[in-house]
Amino acid sequence: MSSFDMNELLNCMHCGFCLPSCPTFQQTGLETYSPRGRIALMKGVAEGTLPVDAEFEQNMYACLGCRACETACPAGVQYGALIEDARELIEDRKKARKRTSFARSATLKHLFMHPQRIRWGGHVLWAMQASGLQKFAEQTGLMKVLPREMAQMQAAVDTVASPAKRKRRQEVVGPDSTSRRRKELDAPAANRKPAMRVGTFTGCIMDVMFYDTNQATARLLAKAGCTVVFARHQVCCGALHAHSGEKADAMELAKQNIVAFEQADVELIVNNAGGCGAALKEYAHWFKDDPDWADRSRQFVSKMRDISELLAELPPLSFTKPVEARVTYQDSCHLAHGQGVRNQPRELIRSIPGVDYVELQNADSCCGSAGIYNITNYDMSMRILDEKMQQVANTKANLVVTTNPGCLLQMKKGILDAGLSERVQAVHIVDLLNQAL
Amino acid sequence: MTEIVGREGVLTTPNSLYAYSFDATPILRANPDVVVIPRTTEQLAQVLRLADAHKIPVIPRGSGTNLAGGTIPVEGGIVLNMTRFNQIYEIDEKNLTVTVGPGVITADLHKAVEAAGLFYPPDPGSQRISTIGGNVAQCAGGMRGLKYGVTKDYVLGLEYVLPSGQVLRAGGKNYKDVAGYDLTRLLVGSEGTLAVITELTLKLLPLPETKRTLVVFCEQMVDAARIVERTVADKIIPATMEFLDQATMRVVDEFSHLGLPRDVAAMLLIEQDGPEQQVARDIDRIAQIARKEGAVDVQVAKTPEEGAKLMAARRSALAALSRLRPTTILEDATVPRARLADMVEAVDRIADKYQVQICTFGHAGDGNLHPTCLTDERDREEINRVEQAFEEIFQTALELGGTITGEHGVGMAKLKYLPQRVGEGGMELMQAIKRAFDPNGIMNPGKVVARSARQRIVVNQP
Repeated sequence: MSSFDMNELLNCMHCGFCLPSCPTFQQTGLETYSPRGRIALMKGVAEGTLPVDAEFEQNMYACLGCRACETACPAGVQYGALIEDARELIEDRKKARKRTSFARSATLKHLFMHPQRIRWGGHVLWAMQASGLQKFAEQTGLMKVLPREMAQMQAAVDTVASPAKRKRRQEVVGPDSTSRRRKELDAPAANRKPAMRVGTFTGCIMDVMFYDTNQATARLLAKAGCTVVFARHQVCCGALHAHSGEKADAMELAKQNIVAFEQADVELIVNNAGGCGAALKEYAHWFKDDPDWADRSRQFVSKMRDISELLAELPPLSFTKPVEARVTYQDSCHLAHGQGVRNQPRELIRSIPGVDYVELQNADSCCGSAGIYNITNYDMSMRILDEKMQQVANTKANLVVTTNPGCLLQMKKGILDAGLSERVQAVHIVDLLNQAL
Repeated sequence: MTEIVGREGVLTTPNSLYAYSFDATPILRANPDVVVIPRTTEQLAQVLRLADAHKIPVIPRGSGTNLAGGTIPVEGGIVLNMTRFNQIYEIDEKNLTVTVGPGVITADLHKAVEAAGLFYPPDPGSQRISTIGGNVAQCAGGMRGLKYGVTKDYVLGLEYVLPSGQVLRAGGKNYKDVAGYDLTRLLVGSEGTLAVITELTLKLLPLPETKRTLVVFCEQMVDAARIVERTVADKIIPATMEFLDQATMRVVDEFSHLGLPRDVAAMLLIEQDGPEQQVARDIDRIAQIARKEGAVDVQVAKTPEEGAKLMAARRSALAALSRLRPTTILEDATVPRARLADMVEAVDRIADKYQVQICTFGHAGDGNLHPTCLTDERDREEINRVEQAFEEIFQTALELGGTITGEHGVGMAKLKYLPQRVGEGGMELMQAIKRAFDPNGIMNPGKVVARSARQRIVVNQP
């Protein structure tokens, strides 16, 4: 059984600076829905004053895990780690009582632990979409067999890539012949540096729902002069498991990923999902006390970059096709608050000719997607999303750029619900950049 | 209770009660019996009537950022969460007033009036989340006290509810109003022990045209104190004169990455606002005074952003200090401006004597110090020494003609020092005033004028 780090809990001096940054506190005004309140409850549990019961569980899972409070906290409290500890404690207790919900174990245990099943799921989804079966199901009310939350979310899902298209993926993509790096490579042998080998972390959901975005990521990197490797045997990053108190499963997945990218023999690893990226960069922290994995996980983390971060390090891409649009940017919480990557995506968007960039008010405040939060805490998620959409409407933007699959889906759903589909679209930054190449 | 405020307005579960058992004061904690969240003055009056009839304690609360234990329900009862009174009713540009509910966040109030070219000067360190009602109840201060005073200098009128449920008004929009006793002033800083404030009318000023920031580094604390003295003697009143001691500077720098020097004893942060030419002239003259009076370095912020960054660093001082040890106890001793250096040196001496770590920063221009003790609440023996050190710090402040709190209020934390400050006669009169407002003693019991003081130990309700 896990326990709380009392020093970390005591680091919180309950000054309240985190309260204005917390989306759930903003919605409710209640102390139990604030980081300060949640840490107090953890203290209550740690000192034995409060039990680990249904109320504590509800309060800990009402948190989005967006970590905006960490950015706001001058005392440097590691809230993200604390909330993971709290959830791990809750799950351990539930296991002891053998009370894990079916839906939860179906997704976390039986789906995300098995990449092959995720791919099959993608094929099934494609088949439904391609055959019109999904439309049919919607019209006949067959979708009602799904829980309300899932039925609501699926409306925002675009058509996924076909199995045939997936089969055509090249495992290694060489540097693009028109890239500046390529020209350097073709220079006389004395000046020649080998093309940088970059592994792409394809992500489980990302590769099903946004297959084309992963392909576009490879194209961007190839244009930037890299050799791109789709490493075999990579699996889900484990973020969802870690955030849901299943740390052991998360660590199992992490080990498989570390091995997969060691075998791929790459200098850097790139990912295009803010949430996955934050988890991938935490591997070293997860394994810090494990002599067999501490060093290997540190190596892995030192190579990990978000796509925006890496593109900012490489020679600048020249975007030649103008995108005539008013564009705004919604931070991915785990990219901004978790990884501290804020400017790079904005700079990249601004560097596209034709773009009229407008900053979104409270861009780094969570959109309510938060992993599977929009399914587990649907009502709160939608309240947060409504407010976000109001702010998006205020910008009068035509494009909302995101950097994480969950945020992208949530934005698509928000645009649909707010009736903004006529003039606003949500797009992953990689797809936007690729369109301008 | 649910009949009055609805089911959503009443919290009784163990987690909710625990979450409202503390404020920003370290170590102190006690559970309420219930948390009640009224939305209207009428609901509030009914809640108070009911509580008064059954002699149930009532503790009004805003965001719980207070630092003297003022909102800890030490005798249980009702925590009255006032955050839903969060409307700005009127910004009156003709009379230069703003009328608000007590639950409005102070920073939101600043933003709203500044958008109209107006200015509400009090700026407590917690303004990002503190409520204006809490500021008024505690008579909060901030960094602009030297030139602009504190909250009590801006409250023109209020609506309040007595424990009997009677709704009353004091003052209004009149800048001049001397009719009868000044009940407005009496309620400002009453720390929720007399009545519950439900509406406030505040005085506004025109927003200063411009502001500039100056940083001064000194090898000795006395040099900094002398620079403050000479500036004021030279008939310049800056908006802000803040100081940080060496230990505080180190920690703030680690947090804010400003590149502050490590080898100086103190830093002064000076801000002047007003018409551009006047500000430029004042900043120049202060810089001259500082150089003449032994400053090792004087830097004028080149841009407003640079100035704002330095001020933001000062605002983060308290929380940044809390990184060093598990428990951070911030105090609020105040002395006449001219005794500032004596007081800072006394704090250092006392910290040595009791072998505790105390960093000091605060409002040099106001003589308002925040000696901040870095300790560990789990170590009872150390906490006892901390308690003794603070006792001596407050004794020294009083001996130097100072006071036990400049802006945080008495609450629970400074209960035992109040008689020394106001005398037995003063205590008796204050208690008689409390009885006149609150005959059954339900309003925030155990605070300010309560008779028995508690040590700084964890208070657990069964």
